[in-house]
Amino acid sequence: MTVNQISVFLENRPGTLTNMTALLAENGIDMRALSLAETNDFGIVRIIVDDVYKAATVLKDGGFVHKLTPVLAVLIPDEPGGLHRVLEVLTEAGVNVEYMYAFLGGGDVDHAYMIFRVQDTKSACAALGARGIKLVSQDNISDI
Amino acid sequence: MEHYYQPEIECAPREQIKALQDERLVRQVRHVWDNVPYYRKKMEAKGLTPDDIKSSDDLWKLPFLSKADLREAYPYGLMGKPLKDCVRIQSTSGTTGKRVVAFYTQHDIDLWEDCCARAIMAAGGTDEDVCQVSYGYGLFTGGPGLNGGSHKVGCLTIPTSSGNTERQIMFIRDLNATILCCTPSYAAYIGETMKEMGLTPDEIPLKAGIFGAEAWSQEMRRDIENTLGIKAYDIYGLTELSGPGVSFECSAQTGMHINEDHFIAEIIDPETGEVLPEGSQGELVFTSITKEAFPLLRYRTRDICTLTREPCSCGRTHVKMTKPQGRTDDMLIIRGANVFPSQIETVLLNNGYPANYQIIVDRVKNTDTLDVQVEMTPEMFTDNLGDIAERQKELVEGLRSMLGLTAKVTLVAPKSIVRSEGKAVRVIDKRKI
Repeated sequence: MTVNQISVFLENRPGTLTNMTALLAENGIDMRALSLAETNDFGIVRIIVDDVYKAATVLKDGGFVHKLTPVLAVLIPDEPGGLHRVLEVLTEAGVNVEYMYAFLGGGDVDHAYMIFRVQDTKSACAALGARGIKLVSQDNISDI
Repeated sequence: MEHYYQPEIECAPREQIKALQDERLVRQVRHVWDNVPYYRKKMEAKGLTPDDIKSSDDLWKLPFLSKADLREAYPYGLMGKPLKDCVRIQSTSGTTGKRVVAFYTQHDIDLWEDCCARAIMAAGGTDEDVCQVSYGYGLFTGGPGLNGGSHKVGCLTIPTSSGNTERQIMFIRDLNATILCCTPSYAAYIGETMKEMGLTPDEIPLKAGIFGAEAWSQEMRRDIENTLGIKAYDIYGLTELSGPGVSFECSAQTGMHINEDHFIAEIIDPETGEVLPEGSQGELVFTSITKEAFPLLRYRTRDICTLTREPCSCGRTHVKMTKPQGRTDDMLIIRGANVFPSQIETVLLNNGYPANYQIIVDRVKNTDTLDVQVEMTPEMFTDNLGDIAERQKELVEGLRSMLGLTAKVTLVAPKSIVRSEGKAVRVIDKRKI
């Protein structure tokens, strides 16, 4: 069970991120999570949104280069050791994490959401499921 | 005091130069007709035989040669001597598709080195001098040409070639180099480095520099002169004709004297090919009248300049050309290397990039910079920074092997490269030359 992350190419100069957020705001798209990776010249902004199809369409029409990437959204109890348990499971299963970022969702103050981009999504899902760790679906994300 | 390497030729009366050119041209046309079928066919197509060329007044009748001919005839098609009589090849720093390869007999090398020796002596060089040649050695003509000229003058020659600036400076200081030969941008770089080391012009033994192979402004000349405490002289040449030393600056510094006993210069209208009167601006065309192995007749340089035969205060009587004021094609000269936008386009397409690009050339601290901006496409884009950086690196490597110089590659947003009248502006040259 994966969630579709939208990765957008942005030039590393003033205003490019603002242009993108303006476009999403105008079209009523709600971002759940955002992470930024950058080099000297350019960056990749990674977002999780409530309406993937709509966001992808407006970005395309707005001239932004983007890609959909399947990522894992994991519900983690907001307590010491919460993230550690998830990482232990992935390590045992031999799954490599490329990157990850966190967000807190809606009215649920007891849990955090962690986005994982892993090399082997299938093995990761199986390992996490077997240990009773809860993955969040695209629909869940939209409903948060 | 003005120094000359061959005063009897360099200061000869105009009539004598004309007579020498007439005689040599007639002989050269016969040599080409007999030995270069490629050019003979061109003459035949115009209904010409060597008998139609009785003096340099008939030069205009002869067909032109262009870079396209050199490419078509590559590698041996324009040779005037069998390979066993040749002793050397040199090659251009990088051109579209095939490089230009020029051949030399020992006689050709001798005359070429004479030309370079004239340039060194015009810059005040004598056998008392220590001449450091920091042009590249190898296929590039800069190093070998000035090296040979320096020997002929009798200078103690330091063949450092280019690069390793600290070592360059060490030799200049430890061995008291008095003349420096290199590209103007490298001279500026050496100067900047010395300045950063806290050296004042008085502490630098150099007195003169001979700088060529790329365009440079009067402003840059003054900068170099001030930081190194020298007088800077310009030198011009093309591999197709021999190399540096086709023309050179004298103490007057009001143009470069063309070695007219070896080359006949004409200025033509680049559109019509018509010969223009003295003083007109147009395309520079050279006829080589002494070269044996690679005897090019009416070779179009694509350089735009003007000629003058006004008497020169230095005493030399040979015609003077201005610095090239521009090009009739889109060739750029970057750090001494010839770069065509089409070469960059080829590399982009070979690496799977779209042909939406822009080339930005600038000069930062007297060194040319080349920035190739490419538009990101949905096909190229991935979520992985490492993959994109890897592709950028491949492109830089591809450009390096095509152009022989390091370019910066910048990925920009789609449709961000300005298009005017449907056609993209490919080159932005911010250099002030």
